[in-house]
Amino acid sequence: MNIEWVVFGVTFILALGSSLAMIFARNAVHVALFLVVTQVALAVTFLLQGAFFIAAIQILVYAGAIMVLFLFVIMLMGVDKREALIEPLPLQRLLAVGLGALLSVEILYIAWKGLDIIGGDGDRAITALNEDPGNVIAVARVLFSRYLLPFEVTSILLVVAVVGVMVLTRRIATISTPVAPPQPASESKEELMA
Amino acid sequence: MSVDPTYYLALAGLMFTIGIVGALVRRNAIVIFMFIELMLNAVNLTFVTFARMNGALDGQVLVFFVLVVAAAEVVVGLGIIISIFRRRASANVDEVNLLKW
Repeated sequence: MNIEWVVFGVTFILALGSSLAMIFARNAVHVALFLVVTQVALAVTFLLQGAFFIAAIQILVYAGAIMVLFLFVIMLMGVDKREALIEPLPLQRLLAVGLGALLSVEILYIAWKGLDIIGGDGDRAITALNEDPGNVIAVARVLFSRYLLPFEVTSILLVVAVVGVMVLTRRIATISTPVAPPQPASESKEELMA
Repeated sequence: MSVDPTYYLALAGLMFTIGIVGALVRRNAIVIFMFIELMLNAVNLTFVTFARMNGALDGQVLVFFVLVVAAAEVVVGLGIIISIFRRRASANVDEVNLLKW
């Protein structure tokens, strides 16, 4: 039994289990925490495939920055708001699960068949790149030569996003938008106990 | 690297499907947003796997770009959700029906 198979098996179960648990978790904070587990498991699969730089970035940016932002907004809006259990569209949940199962069968079929078409013997090239210049240097060479223009465009994208979100959430002082009163704490505690 | 790329692709496909089903089933806007992040993560895994299959690093660079776009998208999306929440005191997507015909 190869150790890599063991690590992959554990990661596979962890990633699939925690992403399934995201669907069934009622509390939004629990969903966010299961998403963090999924992302760390994915970082392990990146490590297994020799993408060391991407694994580190995945943990820093995704599991770190983005999930903290998510948790911040969840806390800002009040944690335990129950989702409405009334379904406005009949059969939507049933259809979603059924079509999702169909889609996963299709994807699995393609994943099994596609290997014959694409081939899969780039392992040695990746390992050689990781050993000779190192993963970070090799990625940086590709990023700053062939993908230099897209890299510069992403900086414009980030500036636009920052300015846009500041305009979007700015509170204009002259217009008094009524801010909703937060949920009384006692009620939410009772819901938690129930 | 002895585990077949097929298994990684299968994991990514299953996670993508779970993301779609979750985004369709849940009602809270933030939770739907987190399922979209799950789908982006699954696609990142396919990029890394294809980079390994091709023996080139272009897939890993693409993951970098997906990360940047996802960060910008999260910032703008959460800003929209906060401004909706200020107006309606709710993050339920069924109640945001002002533009519904």
